[in-house]
Amino acid sequence: MTPEPPSNFTQASSWASDWQNLFYFEVGIFVFFSVLIFGVILYFSVKYRRRPGNEAPPPTKDHLLLEITWTVIPAGICVVMFLWGALLFIRNALPPAASMEIFVVGKQWMWKIQYPNGRRDINELHVPVGVPVKLTMASEDVIHDFAIPAFRIKKDVVPGHYSTLWFKATKTGQYHLYCDQYCGTSHSAMVGWVTVMELAQYAQWLEESSDEKSLAEVGADLYRQYACSTCHDIGRGPSFVGLYGSSVKLSNGQTVMADDAYIRESILNPSAKIVAGYTPIMPTFQGQLDEEQILRLTAYIKSLAKQEGEGRKAAKP
Amino acid sequence: MSQALTEASVFPRVHYLNASYGLKSWLFTTDHKRIAWLYLAAITFFFFVGGAAATLMRLNLIEPQGSLIEPSTYNRLFTLHGLIMIFFFLAPSIPAVLGNFLIPLMIGAKDVAFPKLNLLSWYIFMAGGTVFLYSVLSGGVDTGWTFYTPLSSTYANSNVMSAAMGVFISGFSSVLTGLNFIVTIQTMRAPGLTWFRLPLFLWSLYATSIIFILAMPVIAITMVLLMLERFLHFGFFDPALGGDPILFQHLFWFFGHPEVYVLVLPAMGVISELIATFSRKRIFGYSFVAFSSVAIAVLSFFVWGHHMFISGESLYSGLVFSFFSFAVAIPSAIKVFNWTATLYKGSISFDAPMLYALGFIGLFTMGGLTGLFLATLAIDVHVHDTYFIVAHFHFIMVGGAVMGYLGGIHYWWPKMTGRMYPERWARIAAVMVFVGFILTFGPQFILGYLGMPRRYAVYPPEFQTLNVLSSAGASILAVGYVIPLIYLIWSVRYGPVAGPNPWGAKGLEWTTASPPPTENFTMTPVVTEEAYAFGTERSEPA
Repeated sequence: MTPEPPSNFTQASSWASDWQNLFYFEVGIFVFFSVLIFGVILYFSVKYRRRPGNEAPPPTKDHLLLEITWTVIPAGICVVMFLWGALLFIRNALPPAASMEIFVVGKQWMWKIQYPNGRRDINELHVPVGVPVKLTMASEDVIHDFAIPAFRIKKDVVPGHYSTLWFKATKTGQYHLYCDQYCGTSHSAMVGWVTVMELAQYAQWLEESSDEKSLAEVGADLYRQYACSTCHDIGRGPSFVGLYGSSVKLSNGQTVMADDAYIRESILNPSAKIVAGYTPIMPTFQGQLDEEQILRLTAYIKSLAKQEGEGRKAAKP
Repeated sequence: MSQALTEASVFPRVHYLNASYGLKSWLFTTDHKRIAWLYLAAITFFFFVGGAAATLMRLNLIEPQGSLIEPSTYNRLFTLHGLIMIFFFLAPSIPAVLGNFLIPLMIGAKDVAFPKLNLLSWYIFMAGGTVFLYSVLSGGVDTGWTFYTPLSSTYANSNVMSAAMGVFISGFSSVLTGLNFIVTIQTMRAPGLTWFRLPLFLWSLYATSIIFILAMPVIAITMVLLMLERFLHFGFFDPALGGDPILFQHLFWFFGHPEVYVLVLPAMGVISELIATFSRKRIFGYSFVAFSSVAIAVLSFFVWGHHMFISGESLYSGLVFSFFSFAVAIPSAIKVFNWTATLYKGSISFDAPMLYALGFIGLFTMGGLTGLFLATLAIDVHVHDTYFIVAHFHFIMVGGAVMGYLGGIHYWWPKMTGRMYPERWARIAAVMVFVGFILTFGPQFILGYLGMPRRYAVYPPEFQTLNVLSSAGASILAVGYVIPLIYLIWSVRYGPVAGPNPWGAKGLEWTTASPPPTENFTMTPVVTEEAYAFGTERSEPA
């Protein structure tokens, strides 16, 4: 599919318009000072060019007040830019609680997208308009960067960490998706499209593949396949019912929040954080599970949080 | 002036260039002036190698699908371009060529503090350069000049080891040069040459030397860790080995951002000299310009995290680094305002060095102002890793550092060779460099704003117009760089005789013959006024 690129540079997310205002302000500062410096240089160059009678000008005295002026004014402007940029950044640092979650795995040289209902795509992200969307992103190999210029956002996808990125699309259409962090030979081919759809249309699109299992169901299969159940179902390892989102007491007395990063770490490096009352006997799954599988297992564990008391059955979201 | 002088009357019979002959007299010289020429020859070679890589890249980018080369070749070209230009051209350019030549002359000394160490620095530099060229000739390296892990340590199949080794070795050359410069400026100034009579060029070189000594060891360590991980699989950076890729970025940019100021601070020093001489004015706000160099050197060590706003750095780190990045802009702004104010009521002439200096102020101003966009947390989120960054740092490094270098080379060429370069050709070339530069890198700001990522061998078709414009500008820029190469070589033999002080300048270096004798001054000069004593009674050229 080769959609027509948008004719002008659209602002297609809620953040984009905030971003644009600050950007225009800084462009204004840029133009003002560039014109000022070029203008003054040009003016002085003509007015004080060397000519008869002007060959040995007397020295000019230093001027403390002038020095203070052109230190304080730029400093003030810098403070405004710093605060404006920082406040905008802080306000948008965390995704709204009600965000819809989509999973992204970067890999040389493609983007693998997974939706909670099990639908999967490569280099194509579909999102509904007007709904906050949170991307949980992981990398299989090197550092990538998930960038959507029409939304004015990007975030590095660093191996060994989960990265999150969120946005609320405000305009339907099709927009470029790039890898912005150089990642090897076919870096410039690690591109795709983001399609923003009306909510109803999006729901329909999502169901096109309803015959597939949901992420949590596939995760439940993995849970049995990798024999996690042999310990975690019988109490040799901690149970996962109601785990996700709760706080976990560790054997060293600390308390951690059971989030995606905690679950991922506990699968790959089980001895890093031992739950109080248990012994560090779990083997590492580093090298046996890839990032996509870990995301599915996490989805399964998450589904157990939502239906406490109903036993260990994978849930349809 | 220079036209009226005849060779017999002012060209000294014996000077540093003809004091001895033969290849050995050059390769084993400890004369700082000859060592400057050794560096000049080496970095000119590297500049045109790096420039050739850029030319191929710009040609390839004329077509969205790449008109010339495969992506794997393109990736090797931009890596080579970045590494050569930063480590083997820009870092040694002004310090090792002009600094070596001028520091003893400007302070009235016979040589630098450690002449043999100075020669050793050049050999270390050449050893690093040779190892790096080996990595290029045996297949190249495709990690980008930033060597980000785990791409460089685990995934890349190119010659990372030899490239990293080349960078590792060449760093020692800079450390030793920095050490030499600091001791020389600190201990060997002529009687009467107090700190506040020093040319501002020396203040900026002093600040640069501090950065050399503090930052270069960090890149050396980083390269060692990278090589250990790649070769022996020590787990420093690759999460699969238990490391953290972000650690590499912290180490790299702790060196990398001060390094940017290593490249531009010396150029700022050159500009101060040029603006003063060609407007016949002492630099306005001398002490503010001097201390701003020191402020830049210090602050440059606290801004590295602005390369990592979107890498998952914590929010609080982001805030701190954003704040300091704005802070480092202030001393740069102070310099620009003071240079501009120096022109006020001056007697301005537009010889080629001055054209470069005025071009520098304009382009550096634009480069600095666009840096503020990148220091702003929110704005960086969109423009990071796009052509906006590429344009920004080329405004600083080419519009700033290279313009400063070319201005300096033209200004001191008569001192180095005893001959003038052809003024008309030089002005044509200076204007071509300025116009070509704006055309090449101006469109890249817009490309970046529209979201075109950097380091893309192929790109979406809607970006083609701006890319063609940029490539067209690059062709003008390239010609602007080749013209001086030709006429400067020509002028060594055929240029008009310059005489000791063709510009009517004030520094100590202009009080001795051109070219200077091997021992620089026939007797140790005694300094009674500052380096910019224009318009005072003593101001008429001696």
